[in-house]
Amino acid sequence: MTQEELLEQIYKKDSKAFTLLYDMYSKSLFGVIFNLLKDKEESEDVLQDVFVKIWKNIDSYNESKGRFFTWILNIARNAAIDKLRSKGHNNSLKNLSVDNFVNILDHNTSVSNKIDAIGIREFVKKLKPVCVRIIDLLFFRGYTQQEASEELAIPLGTVKTQNRNCIRDLRTILEV
Amino acid sequence: MNTEYIESGILELYVFGLLSEEENLKVKEMADSNEDVKAEILSIEKAVIDLSYSVSPYLSAEVYNKIRQQLIEKHEGVVQMPRKSTTGSYLGWAAAVILLFGLGFQYYQYNQATEEVQATKTERDKFEQMLANVSQENTQNEKALAIIRDKNNNVVSLAGQTVAPEAYAKVYLNNEDNKIYVDIAGLPEPPKDKVYQVWALKLKPQLDPTSIGVLDDSQRTQNKGIFAVENFEGAEAFGITLEPAGGSPSPTLEQLYTLGEVKS
Repeated sequence: MTQEELLEQIYKKDSKAFTLLYDMYSKSLFGVIFNLLKDKEESEDVLQDVFVKIWKNIDSYNESKGRFFTWILNIARNAAIDKLRSKGHNNSLKNLSVDNFVNILDHNTSVSNKIDAIGIREFVKKLKPVCVRIIDLLFFRGYTQQEASEELAIPLGTVKTQNRNCIRDLRTILEV
Repeated sequence: MNTEYIESGILELYVFGLLSEEENLKVKEMADSNEDVKAEILSIEKAVIDLSYSVSPYLSAEVYNKIRQQLIEKHEGVVQMPRKSTTGSYLGWAAAVILLFGLGFQYYQYNQATEEVQATKTERDKFEQMLANVSQENTQNEKALAIIRDKNNNVVSLAGQTVAPEAYAKVYLNNEDNKIYVDIAGLPEPPKDKVYQVWALKLKPQLDPTSIGVLDDSQRTQNKGIFAVENFEGAEAFGITLEPAGGSPSPTLEQLYTLGEVKS
């Protein structure tokens, strides 16, 4: 099912729409949240809040705001970051980037959907280290280009194109 | 132009949600008017969805249930209908379902009750019919009994003859109102197309039979086998023969069932 089809179900007030929404995106959002919090229980709590928030505010989404996935990605990232701040992690927030999604793939034995994950893990490890970092910062953490350039000590003007190249590598690996 | 636009890396930032509102709108416009741009966006999105999916730890179904529960409890109906009339819809559906079951049950009960009433009615009709039958029977019996019991009766017993030795009949001569009754309860049912015919006999100076009635056997049940026949004064004996339907002008003696003499 595509995002458009899902939205159609939601607009039609289809009673299964919530379940469809959850089935389609819960794992990805959980991955994003977990990548930030590194705590399964906390991540579950946040995911719960995120889906309640998405559903409550679903009327306020429209396509001019961007992709639907982008909209819910933002909600998930912001909720996870808020959680970190509320726990007094704000100081360490920026430093967490050392522990990125590749580390999760490496160390998390309870990664879901093991066959897929093992496959992806092997593939993703083929990404250049700089790409792992740049995708981690921009996609998983929602850093601005400015913040990323500072963090990575690369020129601001190259962040966008470097990221582009990294995503192209990822797509080649994932065959997307 | 498109390639340059795509290669700029702005679409990645669009999917990541890192653009301003204004930039978002521009990308959206480009995507709407350009299939390549749109396809590129979908591919980028697919890649990051897959990537984030792959780093997700095991997510138990319990989490889903908790969220659902929370949505139902705190925002009644939200799960079912996020837009408008949030409270009403869920409860409404629930109410509708309950009502439907209620109606169904009521209808079932109504049907049951109707069936019962119908059955009771049939039963009652049956009993009423039985009662009517019994009353009628009773009336007929009383009538028959009254005829037989009359103190003014002179009873003539007719004994079975050669063709029907077991048969018997009785004739009641009522001297008061000059009526003659025949009781043929002791005669077998006549064959089809045959009837019993009653004869009054004069024995002297010679045997002289006179028909006093052809008995319609279909009346036998109703009148308890007691038939009123024509009066005949001075009969000395009575006989009953089996005759073709409609009766005969003179008795068929080979078919003489019963015969009895009047005792005076």
